[in-house]
Amino acid sequence: MKNKTSFPPQEGETHPSRCPDNSAFKQQKLPAWKPHLTLATVLSTFFLTGAFCLSVGVCLILSANSVREIQIDYSEKCSDCSKLRENTSNWNKECHCFVNFTLKEDILGDVFMYYGLKNFYQNHRRYVVSRSDAQLLGRNVNIQKSSCAPFTTYQNGTPMAPCGAIANSMFNDTIDLFYNINSSVIQVPLLKTGNSWWTDKNVKFHNPKSYNVSSAFAETARPPYWQKPVYLLDEEDEKNNGYVNDDFIIWMRVSAFATFRNLYRRVSRVRQFADGLPAGNYTFHISYNFPVSKFKGRKHVILSTVVWSGGSNPFLGIAYVVSGTVAALTGFVITAIHLKLRKKKTYFQK
Amino acid sequence: MALSVDSALYRWQRPGAPSPSQTLSESTPLLVPVRDKPKLHLKKWRIVFPNKRGDGTDWKGASMLYSGNRIRTTKYTWVTFLPQNLFEQFQRLGNLYFFFLVVLNWFPQLEIFHREMIVLPLVVVLLASMVKDAIEDYRKYQLDKMINFSKTRIYDREEHAYIEKCWKDVQVGDFVQLQCNETIPADILLLHSSDQNGICHLETANLDGETNLKQRQVVMGFSRQNELFEPELFQNTIVCEMPNNDLNKFKGYMKKPNQERIGFNIESLLLRGCTVRNTEAAVGIVIYAGHETKAMLNNHGSRYKRSKIERQLNRDIFFCVGLLFVMCLVGAVGHGIWAGNFFEHPPYDIPDENGNFLSPVLAGAYMFLTMIILLQVLIPISLYVSIELVKLGQVFLIHNDIDLYDEEADLPIQCRALNIAEDLGQIQYIFSDKTGTLTENKMVFRRCTVDGIEFSHQENARRLDTHKELDLDDEDFANLQRFTLPPMDIEKSATSKQRSMRPLRRCQSARAHFQRHTRTRSLGRCDSNQSQVAFSSPIEKDVTPDSILLRRVREAALQTENLSPFIHMKTSTSLTDFFLALAICNTVLVSTATEPRQRVTVPPPIKPSGITLEKIHQIFQRLKLASLSQSFSSSQSSSDLGISFSAKNAPEYRAALECCDNDRDCGASGGGDELQGKDSTDIGSASLDEVFKSMTDSSLPTDFCYEAESPDEAALVYAAQAYSFTLVSRTPEQVTVRLPQGTLLTFDILYTLGFDSVRKRMSVVVRHPLTKEIVVYTKGADSVIMDLLEDSAKVDTSAERRMKRIKEKTQKHLDFYARDGLRTLCIAKKVLNEDDFQKWANFRQEAEAAIDNREELLMETAQHLETKLTLLGATGIEDRLQDGVPDTIAALREAGIQIWVLTGDKQETAVNIAYSCKLLKQRDIVFTINTENKETCESLLNLTLEEVRKNSEAEKPQRKIWGVIPTSFSASEAPSSEFGLVIDGRTLNVIFQAGLEETFLELTKRCRSVLCCCSTPLQKSMVVKLVRRQLKVMTLSIGDGANDVSMIQAADVGIGISGQEGMQAVMASDFAISRFKHLKKLLLVHGHWCYARLAKMVIYFFYKNVSYVSLLFWYQFFCGFSGSTMIDYWQMIFFNLFFTSVPPLLFGVLDRDVSAETLLGLPELYKDGQNSEIYKLSTFIITMLDAFYQSLICFFFPYLTYKDSDIDVFSFGSPINTISLLTILLHQALVMKTWTLFHLVAMVGSVVFYFVFSLIYNAACVVCNPPTNPYWVLEKQLSDPTFYFLCLITPITALLPRFFIFALQGTFGATLILKAQQVDKLPRGQQDLQIQKLRSRTQSPSSASVPSPVSNDDLKQRISHLCVSPFLHPVPAAVSHGDTASRGLSASEVNHLRKLTPEEGYYFFNRWAEEESVAADSSAEPSSGHYPLVPRRVKTPGQDDDKQTKDRAHNFNHGSHRRSVSAVTL
Repeated sequence: MKNKTSFPPQEGETHPSRCPDNSAFKQQKLPAWKPHLTLATVLSTFFLTGAFCLSVGVCLILSANSVREIQIDYSEKCSDCSKLRENTSNWNKECHCFVNFTLKEDILGDVFMYYGLKNFYQNHRRYVVSRSDAQLLGRNVNIQKSSCAPFTTYQNGTPMAPCGAIANSMFNDTIDLFYNINSSVIQVPLLKTGNSWWTDKNVKFHNPKSYNVSSAFAETARPPYWQKPVYLLDEEDEKNNGYVNDDFIIWMRVSAFATFRNLYRRVSRVRQFADGLPAGNYTFHISYNFPVSKFKGRKHVILSTVVWSGGSNPFLGIAYVVSGTVAALTGFVITAIHLKLRKKKTYFQK
Repeated sequence: MALSVDSALYRWQRPGAPSPSQTLSESTPLLVPVRDKPKLHLKKWRIVFPNKRGDGTDWKGASMLYSGNRIRTTKYTWVTFLPQNLFEQFQRLGNLYFFFLVVLNWFPQLEIFHREMIVLPLVVVLLASMVKDAIEDYRKYQLDKMINFSKTRIYDREEHAYIEKCWKDVQVGDFVQLQCNETIPADILLLHSSDQNGICHLETANLDGETNLKQRQVVMGFSRQNELFEPELFQNTIVCEMPNNDLNKFKGYMKKPNQERIGFNIESLLLRGCTVRNTEAAVGIVIYAGHETKAMLNNHGSRYKRSKIERQLNRDIFFCVGLLFVMCLVGAVGHGIWAGNFFEHPPYDIPDENGNFLSPVLAGAYMFLTMIILLQVLIPISLYVSIELVKLGQVFLIHNDIDLYDEEADLPIQCRALNIAEDLGQIQYIFSDKTGTLTENKMVFRRCTVDGIEFSHQENARRLDTHKELDLDDEDFANLQRFTLPPMDIEKSATSKQRSMRPLRRCQSARAHFQRHTRTRSLGRCDSNQSQVAFSSPIEKDVTPDSILLRRVREAALQTENLSPFIHMKTSTSLTDFFLALAICNTVLVSTATEPRQRVTVPPPIKPSGITLEKIHQIFQRLKLASLSQSFSSSQSSSDLGISFSAKNAPEYRAALECCDNDRDCGASGGGDELQGKDSTDIGSASLDEVFKSMTDSSLPTDFCYEAESPDEAALVYAAQAYSFTLVSRTPEQVTVRLPQGTLLTFDILYTLGFDSVRKRMSVVVRHPLTKEIVVYTKGADSVIMDLLEDSAKVDTSAERRMKRIKEKTQKHLDFYARDGLRTLCIAKKVLNEDDFQKWANFRQEAEAAIDNREELLMETAQHLETKLTLLGATGIEDRLQDGVPDTIAALREAGIQIWVLTGDKQETAVNIAYSCKLLKQRDIVFTINTENKETCESLLNLTLEEVRKNSEAEKPQRKIWGVIPTSFSASEAPSSEFGLVIDGRTLNVIFQAGLEETFLELTKRCRSVLCCCSTPLQKSMVVKLVRRQLKVMTLSIGDGANDVSMIQAADVGIGISGQEGMQAVMASDFAISRFKHLKKLLLVHGHWCYARLAKMVIYFFYKNVSYVSLLFWYQFFCGFSGSTMIDYWQMIFFNLFFTSVPPLLFGVLDRDVSAETLLGLPELYKDGQNSEIYKLSTFIITMLDAFYQSLICFFFPYLTYKDSDIDVFSFGSPINTISLLTILLHQALVMKTWTLFHLVAMVGSVVFYFVFSLIYNAACVVCNPPTNPYWVLEKQLSDPTFYFLCLITPITALLPRFFIFALQGTFGATLILKAQQVDKLPRGQQDLQIQKLRSRTQSPSSASVPSPVSNDDLKQRISHLCVSPFLHPVPAAVSHGDTASRGLSASEVNHLRKLTPEEGYYFFNRWAEEESVAADSSAEPSSGHYPLVPRRVKTPGQDDDKQTKDRAHNFNHGSHRRSVSAVTL
């Protein structure tokens, strides 16, 4: 009503026609493809999907089966050490443990050594965020403002380097592998670098700028659970020390599940290990530092190869096979229903 | 005198005595000049002082008291915008929810996301709404500004002249001078008009859309001022009522300095927004200004409606809230248990900043709140935003539909409500008005009866039919406009045997129409100012006179000469009286076609004063006998009559008269010999034409346009004109009519008693110029007039016996008209003697002078006058059905919509319109319930219900035949297809008062259609509300007039027809269409689409949110219910905001599950929406289950794949995010039925955008989003084959069940919608064929429900039983075909009619056919005029049993219908 009163009547005469455009869009007549589920398309879809999934699934299962993997739970076997670590006052005491195992056949190809933890909730919400990426980038930041709390500073004000709960709870067992051949013991050469993501090592993690690593961390203190400061993580290799230590970087990449493994070492393919690990008796020499008993955790050490389709997990293959089977069966069911109902369908059947 | 006025006066005159409310008036200098006078109660009365701008302070005070004329419709000001807008926004539930989440997230214990980040969505939403509100408000502001700065002329005391000022400066008490065509700036009391009668004409189209002119009268006492109005001298004080929004009521009085009071009412008030027309200048004083004007007080904002889907949606939102609660509870309890499992705190359980640990219970409690934040998306706030957007798009598309565009009015459909488009797809009940909605509201004169003799106007009927055909072809039409013939030539050509049925028009009407025609063509739109002016179309204007009646009229005109027998004389005078009444008993304004809207107010120069009718005739006779060869022109100099008569016609004329007699005899006796009759008619009419042609040619210009307040008045005037009783001019005092002789008679109008809906009649009291008699002509509804006729109980004289016979015959004719669907009006007259009139006039004057209960008094006086009338005759006016109404109704009915007609019209008319628009079918059994008694009503209802029940139960087994196409009938819903119910307003009242609603509804549920006649607007809305509330159905009301407003507002969807009766219905409506037939596409196509689209979209949104959020929930089981997320927060926000939002929106706007053509072809598809097939609880639950299944697959496939591996949190999350994106989009693709380029682009674009965005985000952001850091995650994943294998298999598996179901439905599914989709795939030619096939399929169950002969016999027995019951006894339908036959209605003519009126419905057709056969059957018998319709049905050979059944049903239904008449008498 208001609008109407406002417009002088003369205005109407110059007003263009209010007839809507006769365009395909406005008249909702856009050319359109209307998919229709006819019997032919439906059946072919099901059968083709089934066949495809089955074939892929078989390939995946075959490839997953070619993976060799050895997993040893050493939290039981090193029960003495485990008990020792239950008492936090013994944190400084060393404890070593030996775990023997036998390879029935050769593990050929690249062999990766993982440590596995069970029941360690690295994905806990407040745990995940308890870090300071800026600090790990080597920037001089006030970590008090970061989400590291309460693992930021000691009471005397010395900042922790690295800060946060993730770093504090870093896995610190040392695992060495020995090959027992003809009563002689050969240490399997293991590579401790190149295990982490390239981007992590070169982009996300940097030591603070300084002439050497130790001076870079001069003003800081180690996290409370640590036995040694961050600049002593790898005394042998300058490029694997401090924040850019591979073990540290890998630990900092928090795992998705409570049971997980982290790449620890790779077998260096030299001398008798050029093709992988030959069959025989081996011994893990473990320096047991990381306590798991208080959260009912388990520790594993795993030797495994990888294939193009991933690790030893056969699930994907099984999923493909099952899905493919189901799809094919569905196709048969539809065919059956169709055959049965065909006689009843009296009209409207092309 | 009114009591309230007295008391008010008393209050005013009471000295002092201030009440608390008067403090304001006391503190202002308002009452300075009247300080010594008593104060007025300002709470109740408004006092207005004239503006003494120069000197007085009193006026200033008043202006402070009353609001100025500046208007502000904006919501906010610059200052209040921010707080007020925020306040309003936070009243929305969604925003509050957001805010709640932000606050929750602020607590460190609960913080999941960054505090700043979670504020973001809220800020975005608030900002967007704020900008929208601001723009809206700014537009209003600009509009206000434009109005406020419009110019008008105000009297300035210093300048002593009217000076131009802005509207905003107008203040109460100002004198405003208005020019012609000026818009009125405020509510102004009219004090002076340039019109000599003190009348100012208004066009109120801006206010109510009514295009006819309204008259406003200068306040009494000022009206006779011929000199210029001098504001300086105006010293009066005005007392009137407080501002209110009633446009039709206003009262007050003016107090002169000498304490004399002058009353005035709404008739003197010029309302803001109206336009002054036809008046050179008007002066008035401002009474109300600005927001206090009636127009502004009536200006309500649009109301908010919530659609059915939204209501359902809210229910499901509550379900989601429940789900959220459960999930949070699971999280809280899980976390508590998990935390309680540790004897010692593990390294990953971090203490707070002070090194304290939470107890498991407290941690669980916190976790509950944390989970709310985490799973917030479960409450789909985004859904509301999306729905708004989609509805906007849908409304845009509806608005742009060219099929819903009316070229004539240049109006597309107007969608006034933006948020209920999808309700159009769910309508179950339609309540329709009749007049103007089903019919065109173009009144066409069809038949009349005078003195008990019916004149059928066959020629006119023929003309109308040809006109209709011609209307279709614009080209021909335009050509015909140029083809104008002198009036009598046309007449001749019609009666002679010309084969081409030319539309017959007179010059002036043709021209008027032609003007209008070109105007619409050239401008492309109807100019609101002029073309909506109530010039009638030629279809209404041109009435081809009935040849017999015309002859009689002319005979009457020439009668005195013949010295005919008395009985003839009698007839002739009543004929004259009849047409005089038609011409003058109205309020029609006359203007000339050359100057439309310029009223002919000055009576024509010649006044045949002092000439009696006898004298005219004497002169006439003399002229003839003298055989003068010279012609008498109606020269202005001659004071005698202006008749030109060529004497050489005289013998022919005599012959013609004889022929006429012969002809009539022939027609009555022979009936079949058409040729002879025709010929003789020709001769007769031709010669008569010659006579009259010369007369009319020589007289005054005939170009008159009539502007009437109601179209039927104009129709009557045009009808009178056709018989040469031309209304020449009308002033409030006088009315001039040109008689067939060419004489101009000027009647003094003594009183006009206007029409009102209570009296249902109007009268004029005139003084006959010749006889000096005071005559009252009354015109009104037959039910009223018949009761007011002179009591002829004691039949003693032959005249009175005759009167009685005439009355009976007329009543018969009236019934017959009503059955034809004609509107009937009775015309009556009464002659008053001088004394009686004086007595009455005094009484009347008193009543007029009264102020307060004036209406009642006026009514009383009117009723006092309108008694003991003499019946002159009756007219039948046709209200033509709109184009495509029967088709639309049939389609809507097939769509399963129950259609009720609620009308204020009388029962017979309504029933017949119902038949002709196929609302009722011939074989329907119609129950009519008319009663005023509660018990009767109850028993009637029960009885009828019992009958209906029995009958429908008998059919049920038949209906249960289950074809392959399942008919979605449930027993309760299934409207029995063969019952109709007719009920009137009084009965409705009884039903409402006696609490019989449930029985009534139970009955109506089983009836195919329901007609409520004689119902008031209030009853209409009550019926709508009753059905809507009690049956819980979706209702739609459609109407065009102000009386439909309440009904429109009461329904779920209100549709206004922008037609003849103004804008009120449109203003109140949600959608405004211009034709009833548009309803078909609006509901069947757009309604279906909108519903299907929105329903599917809503379901999809629920699915989308649940399936996505569940992923996070499942993860809680693997992270100790700690509220971790494996997906980066930004990606989560973007997922809903961008990655998956466009395809569903596009889907919601553009999807077409079935093409428009198929939807129109198969109305049954509409039932989907009606039964809420797409979005109902079961669908929702299934969708929820599917969502859970899919999310389980989407989560556990990656989980099982990456289990026990070295996968990190975000590397695990990114494939999940990708998979779920693919699944959700593919799901959408499965649901989508139409793929246009837009869809494809949106789909592909969404996926591409996801990858591009994620890759960039993951590569660019090293520390930008601490502490979560998805750096390089996706890049790494993309280099891993596992990722691809996972992304392939998971969506396949997730969508397998849904696809399976779709596949089953698609290949075996027998729902109609799927069949329709299949039809769409076919090539054009086959489509129609298949649609026909499907239709016959779907209709087979209903055709099976047609009662078999056996059951019908059964029924008949029961019915006959019913009939003997005291309430319902059959009255045979009496058709006065005797008259028809006697007038020579030959069989061929009937056949012709049958051929010509197929669109008028079978009812019409059948009736004629029956009549015809009856006539043929009984030709030997003396025609008594009373033929019971039922027993005389003659079987034609070849009728099968089915036909008989139908006929029987038909007969029966007549019977049942007619029963109603007797029921009325209860």
